[in-house]
Amino acid sequence: MPAILAYLVRRLVILVLSLLVAAVVLFVLLRLLPGDPANALLGVGATDAQIAAARAQLGSDQPLAAQFADFLGKLARFDLGQSFVSKTDVLPEIGRRLSVTLPLTIGGFVLAIAIALPLGILAAVKSGRRTDGAISTISQLGIAIPVFWLGILLITLFAVNLRIFPSGGFPLKGWSEVGPAALSMVLPVATVALVIAASLLRYVRSATLDVLGSDYLRTARALGSGYATAVVRHGIRNGAVPVISILGIELATSFLGAVTVEKVYALPGLGSMLLLAISQRDYPDVQGVLFVSTLLVLLIGFLADLAQRLIDPRLREQAHTS
Amino acid sequence: MTPVAEAGPSRPDRPSLTLAAGLLLVGLHVLVALLTLVWTPYDPTALAGMRLEPPSLLHWAGTDRLGRDFFTAIMIGSRIALLVGLGAIAIGGAIGVILGLLAAFAQRFADDALAAALDILIAFPTLLIAMLVVAASGASLGSSVLALGIALSAVVARLTRILAKRVLVMDFITAARTSGATWPAIVVEHVLPNIWPTLAINFALQFGIAVVAEASLSYLGLGAPPPNASWGSLLQEAQGTVYTAPIAAIAPGLALVSLVIGVNLLADGLRDVVDPTRRAAR
Repeated sequence: MPAILAYLVRRLVILVLSLLVAAVVLFVLLRLLPGDPANALLGVGATDAQIAAARAQLGSDQPLAAQFADFLGKLARFDLGQSFVSKTDVLPEIGRRLSVTLPLTIGGFVLAIAIALPLGILAAVKSGRRTDGAISTISQLGIAIPVFWLGILLITLFAVNLRIFPSGGFPLKGWSEVGPAALSMVLPVATVALVIAASLLRYVRSATLDVLGSDYLRTARALGSGYATAVVRHGIRNGAVPVISILGIELATSFLGAVTVEKVYALPGLGSMLLLAISQRDYPDVQGVLFVSTLLVLLIGFLADLAQRLIDPRLREQAHTS
Repeated sequence: MTPVAEAGPSRPDRPSLTLAAGLLLVGLHVLVALLTLVWTPYDPTALAGMRLEPPSLLHWAGTDRLGRDFFTAIMIGSRIALLVGLGAIAIGGAIGVILGLLAAFAQRFADDALAAALDILIAFPTLLIAMLVVAASGASLGSSVLALGIALSAVVARLTRILAKRVLVMDFITAARTSGATWPAIVVEHVLPNIWPTLAINFALQFGIAVVAEASLSYLGLGAPPPNASWGSLLQEAQGTVYTAPIAAIAPGLALVSLVIGVNLLADGLRDVVDPTRRAAR
């Protein structure tokens, strides 16, 4: 079997196992939550007969093993059940929420790359000089700032003082009101982007430094290729490997950052759905959001690993890393 | 969560200055935290003034929406943050080091299984899991610290395993083994002394990550209720009054960032002291 296939299989097994572990953790934790889900479903003042009926409907009167098998079977078919509170199906609601969370995640991520790539390369080229010092100090600061506080600072500056952007909220009709929707996404996207860019910058800088000081670049130059040609032909491909593996982590981070940022700017995305569900003890919603989020984060990690293998033949050779 | 992998040092070449700045910032927070045990400017629960007073000589950071002194709340925040960081490190460090050492000593299959299990744990979105644990066990300082400690232990375990494996192939380990040393003795006398400097630096970085993660949980409304309110809860409250009292939305963040930068500088400074080659090789 070619090494890349063996790797793919191994990585897929890990992915499925991770999901299984996530499912077990979800199942156990949701059973640990205080109170019977039937009570949460019916509220106070329900009769014993109503509770018994609700328990039968939810399956919480079954033995634990049967409940777990049922839970896994439904997850495998992406049947995430129905919200206790709104009585709507969980999966379509998650889809609606993703129409806010995904643009926020991807917009923030793309903007972060647009900021971090040129600045990181600039810092590396000017290594040890004042430009490098300034860029690196800002990045150090950015890494220490929690995403939600940066959001609050941007609101204070752009919404409270300058009054350029709204301090939060999203049009009720969603993306069919493109103008207001886009306007209300500007600050959230900038918040996600700045936090991601700060940590990404350091990796771009160090990858560029490695490329610029490498033997192969010197060899290419000695063989008569121009500086720009050598960097484009050999440098970018080599420098991309460590950066792509970090990009995977950063994309997952921007997704989790988006979840927090939604709370800052009162956006109706996946994060707000999760927080609302937790406060209302709406277990199917909590479980559905956490499962889909975990799935997305794990998938991103998987794809990043795969991309890295495809770019770097050296990694492809090692079927088994320990 | 920010990845902990190091992308290389970036500050000018003055390790002692880095270390001093880190010690100063962290020391300041430790002093304030200790001070709050015996004295605070006002009773943290007392209504010390009017609602939402602007900063004045009496109330350095103004008052909150109930009229409680905000500077007092920020000072107590130092104590909470240090408790969270130390607690998470204690739990994560203990579990992580033990698991990592077991994995390093384990033979083929057990080692592979443990390594794979750690990879799975690390792939988990910490914040989401912490949110669920806190939702399940109720919002309190203890449950946040426990959740963060568990999340952190996987990272520590992986690092410990790699570091310990590197030591275990050394000649002096073979010598110790042939002279009949048991493996607990090898761990205590040879492995731990060789890996603790790197571990300690990593603990410092994890400390900062834990403090930020707890602040995020608190900001999302899943933190400990007063009197254990952390900077994250203060910021959540302050956001609601940002139009009338912007200082309250800024001051706790500054405190938080100064502590995190402090521990990061401390970690960098320590690294340069422990491993002088990093200073030269650049």
